[in-house]
Amino acid sequence: MCAWREKLRHARAALAAFSRPAVAALVALMAMAPVHADDWLKDDIGKPLTAAEIAIIDRDARPDGAGLPPGSGTVAAGEEAYLEHCAACHGEFGEGLGWVPALLGGEGTLATETPRKSIGSFWPHAPGVFDHVWRAMPEGHAFSLAPKQVYALTAFLLHINGLVADDFVASAQSLPRVRMPNRDGFVMPPHPRAQGMRCMTKCRNKPPRIAAQAPRKTPGVMAGEREEP
Amino acid sequence: MKWRGQHDDKHAAANGLSRRWLLRLGLPGMAAAMTSLLGRAGRAAPDASGGFPSISAAGGAFRPGRPAGVPYGAPSPHESGVVRRWLKWMLPSRLSNASFTPLAALEGIITPNGLHFERHHAGVPDIDPATFRLRVHGLVDRPLAFSLEDLKRLPRISRTHFLECAGNGAVSWRRPQVNAVQFTHGLLSCCEWTGVRLQDVLALCGVREGAAWLLAEGADGVAYARSVPREMWDEALLVFAQNGEALRPEQGYPLRLLIPGTEGALNVKWLHRLELGDAPWLTREETARYADLQDDGRARLFTLVQEVNSVITTPSPENGLRRHGQQQISGIAWSGHGRIRAVDVSLDGGVNWRPARLEEPVLPRCLTRFRLPFAWRGEELLLQSRAVDEAGNVQPTYEENLKVKSARQVYHNNSITTWRVMPTGEVRHVRLA
Repeated sequence: MCAWREKLRHARAALAAFSRPAVAALVALMAMAPVHADDWLKDDIGKPLTAAEIAIIDRDARPDGAGLPPGSGTVAAGEEAYLEHCAACHGEFGEGLGWVPALLGGEGTLATETPRKSIGSFWPHAPGVFDHVWRAMPEGHAFSLAPKQVYALTAFLLHINGLVADDFVASAQSLPRVRMPNRDGFVMPPHPRAQGMRCMTKCRNKPPRIAAQAPRKTPGVMAGEREEP
Repeated sequence: MKWRGQHDDKHAAANGLSRRWLLRLGLPGMAAAMTSLLGRAGRAAPDASGGFPSISAAGGAFRPGRPAGVPYGAPSPHESGVVRRWLKWMLPSRLSNASFTPLAALEGIITPNGLHFERHHAGVPDIDPATFRLRVHGLVDRPLAFSLEDLKRLPRISRTHFLECAGNGAVSWRRPQVNAVQFTHGLLSCCEWTGVRLQDVLALCGVREGAAWLLAEGADGVAYARSVPREMWDEALLVFAQNGEALRPEQGYPLRLLIPGTEGALNVKWLHRLELGDAPWLTREETARYADLQDDGRARLFTLVQEVNSVITTPSPENGLRRHGQQQISGIAWSGHGRIRAVDVSLDGGVNWRPARLEEPVLPRCLTRFRLPFAWRGEELLLQSRAVDEAGNVQPTYEENLKVKSARQVYHNNSITTWRVMPTGEVRHVRLA
């Protein structure tokens, strides 16, 4: 990892090889030597991660495709995987079922009163589809699908949104190049902040009028498994 | 107070009076009735207990106590209504759901651990602290894995901060839909958190030049992941305790990220991986979700700080007024930008305001309790509270908020809430025009 950590490991190995009196003598010697307590103590907090260990845990994909794993998947393979792993909740055509979100549709609705956010209408980048399917799908089973299945599903999802042709092959190279319709629809900070006014007397031009009132009883209140009367 | 009622009941029964009759008198009436009843019963004077029940009283007014030494104490059974609740029509999945803190039943500023609100994206994992590791890699000189023991050897600090879901108040953007402060504002809690500084951990790994963002990943069923900008690293904590005990499983046991004043979902629970990079990841949870859609169809990214906000918890739909006369308004205020500097209260729907008293301590990015006594003679009231933070932000009305935000954005509703107190004392959630 770095030189001083390596040296320390050698020193420990050497120590282990010593006889006990020799160790005692060395410890006595070390006790006299000036030690940077902070550095020394910090050294044994945390265990170095090897490249192999990092490869196992480093599972994510950025908009530019950084982090996408090796492999690829076709739209056809994706359709098969979709019917097996996804259709039960998202519907046979990705239309959404009950509370489970639709995976397509909603183009042109973002600036209306009822915006529908789907992969095609809202998501800004295609590697993000791979990232989310990999880490979060099927629900509750993070990273349960192999990368080639996730590539195939990503290809299928992009295809049913009309974003790629049916011969598209999803891979670390192809995904960042897919043009998502809403890629420019996201704004980075700083954002405007709403402000009130600290007026203390006669603060309204017109007397207040009740425009809307919540129903007395809030429907569907649950405490644990029990619905409250 | 039940033991007292029972005591009264005994005497009342002895004099042929019903318990219901006594209850109708209310507490002061009950005390008066007690005195006269005792007199009529022919007793010269109250016994040595001064009218309070005692073990020696015939029949034993005390219930037998519960044994001491219960391994983990629970609230009185009389408080069984003080619980988290959820809404059947909101997030009905068993894995992705939310439960609300009963704010109207709580005092002070600390939320008991069992009542802390929940928002889960894929269940509550069960993590063995002995095998747990936090792994840090990416743009660092030394990628490292930390056990919980490793982390606890770093300097620990404790801080009291609120935590608020970005979706708190989401149901109220368009119109009042829920009639309880538990559901208008209950995705909000406040704890004393203990942990170590993120920067102390990153220093061990050696942050490389160019590192500007950090991906925080949790160990739940969606491997929930969010990008954290570098300007938030200094204040970020990796916490393992809340209110003196280990984190609750539903709060991220054994380790969660805590970035004071930011939207709850940034404070990744069951935190097990940090990757440093030069750009944000723009995960689904910070684009398709937790980004604020505006009227023009564009969405604001990284609206991370919870803006200045407040709500009156008494009176509230759960805490109606039961009698005329002296009352006390009580509520909470908070801001992700620092301390609360003032809270004003209006009884007339925002025409006139008066400053409330702030309860100590007033801490940065922490709930602050405010109170204001007033007299009620049965008139209709339109109660509002308006918080001001130390950065000078004044809590906006809906009208003011919608000048720069959209009701379609779902998240980040910090508008002034109105409670209508009716002549009967009933309280309703309303929107004013």
